[in-house]
Amino acid sequence: MLTIILGILEQGLIFGIIALGVLITYKILDFPDLTVDGSYPLGAAITAALVVRGYSPFLALLLSLIAGALAGVITGMIHVKCKVRDLLSGIITMTALYSVNLHIAGSANVPIFQSTTIFNHPVTEALLQGPLGTYNILLVIVVVTIIAKVLMDLYLKTRSGYLLQAVGDNDVVVTSLAKNKGTVKILGLAISNGLVALAGSIMCQQQRYFEITMGTGTIVIGLASVIIGLSLFRKISFVKATTAVILGSILYKACIAIAIACGMPAIDMKLITAILFLVILVFSMERRKKVKSC
Amino acid sequence: MLTLKNLTKIYHPGTVNEMTLFRNFNLTIHDGEFVTVVGSNGSGKTSLLNIICGSIPLEGGSIFLDEQEITKIPDYKRMKRIGRVYQDPAMGTCGSLSILENFALADNKGNPFNLKFSIRKKRIAYYRELLRTLNLGLEDKMDVKVGSLSGGQRQAMALLMSTMTDLDFLILDEHTAALDPKTAEIIIELTDQIVREKGLTTIMVTHNLRHAETYGNRLLMLDRGEIVMDKSGEAKANCTTESLLEMFNKISVECGN
Repeated sequence: MLTIILGILEQGLIFGIIALGVLITYKILDFPDLTVDGSYPLGAAITAALVVRGYSPFLALLLSLIAGALAGVITGMIHVKCKVRDLLSGIITMTALYSVNLHIAGSANVPIFQSTTIFNHPVTEALLQGPLGTYNILLVIVVVTIIAKVLMDLYLKTRSGYLLQAVGDNDVVVTSLAKNKGTVKILGLAISNGLVALAGSIMCQQQRYFEITMGTGTIVIGLASVIIGLSLFRKISFVKATTAVILGSILYKACIAIAIACGMPAIDMKLITAILFLVILVFSMERRKKVKSC
Repeated sequence: MLTLKNLTKIYHPGTVNEMTLFRNFNLTIHDGEFVTVVGSNGSGKTSLLNIICGSIPLEGGSIFLDEQEITKIPDYKRMKRIGRVYQDPAMGTCGSLSILENFALADNKGNPFNLKFSIRKKRIAYYRELLRTLNLGLEDKMDVKVGSLSGGQRQAMALLMSTMTDLDFLILDEHTAALDPKTAEIIIELTDQIVREKGLTTIMVTHNLRHAETYGNRLLMLDRGEIVMDKSGEAKANCTTESLLEMFNKISVECGN
């Protein structure tokens, strides 16, 4: 039982970082970005390739973040410079990343059971001694997720952050402010995919292997978390959107875990995911709003 | 000073719907002029504004702002020295941000949008003072989302926001057309006050002939891409709504509407 709850919290919090990224594209930029299906395993591929060769897992986190941001920039450039529709731009990058990820990882499946990760790195173990050591994985993930959340909260209060919110709300205002709305969108996609790739890197280290198919449905995880979080927790006025989506992702992970614990076979995972997502969409306020605006 | 030289604007070039709006259109607006522009639908008023702002492509001619040619400069860069208020009150503000947040954005125009905090506590009193002059009761609603305000309140905000920083040129695109008569009066009065106080060079498109006649110091009437009336100074001051209406009817009859 404890193992299940730990698993839910660990992976739920990692999904929380994905949700932070998707919050930027879906909610703030109003950009349906499928790049995340490629940038999430991109982070994992880079991490697997690095830690297997003995490089620092912390370096892997950083490089994943940067690579994810670059993937976001590419989607943004395709959309802004080549004037390709938002949904298609993401699909193009996502498709290309599949091959890129295989090149980086070297094969479709890379186990890293023997390698040093952020969870068993000497630095982490020195910090988490004694009873804390039992929950080292969860504690590390909590710390990383909170750092990501706080940085994002702070960023959204900066001038650049306001401009990002303005471009999704009404890009005419951004033009009136003498700013290039295309550049602002690219920046938003970079931050979003950077976060998602970071999540991929942590997930790879948590489950201790890279798998090329792990990216399938990342956008569903992100969207479901964002929508559950915002529709359930946003009504409580002191809960920020960033907090709400992280809570949403833990809840989402819990739903999946319960379905599996109830005896659903693993091959039905994606089916459960899809049905759960549909149920969430139907029951959230989000649905009415989005259908109207279509 | 804004100079438009030999403008050519063709809609849908190369198709059966090809429509030439402007052919060798010339116009100079001097510093300190407050130009009101009237004309029937399709006369090219809004196209003119879009061409000045770079929102639509141009088939020929050149545009100068002061001595600098801006014909090839992208729209957002032109806006550094230009402010614009649109007909739709929702266009000038961000509905999901609060009044304070909208002002903080507008206040930073011309400065880099970097990682400094957007809201400067020192400026809040100034924003409140600006809102107080509106007499719309907004000064106590700084944290209210702009999306929940009325059209008139949003337009008043859009006007304040677009003129918050230093400008060379203010563009008003039928900015009172979507408002009820009373609110339209408040907004046009506010406009006049801001233009006078800041000495802004302004071009205002309007369908309200009385506004066109009462405000500003130069009046243009456009018809099918040509200036059919251009009065400034004395001639403008002596202009009456009746004489405008008469001229307006004449060109409308020629158009067949």
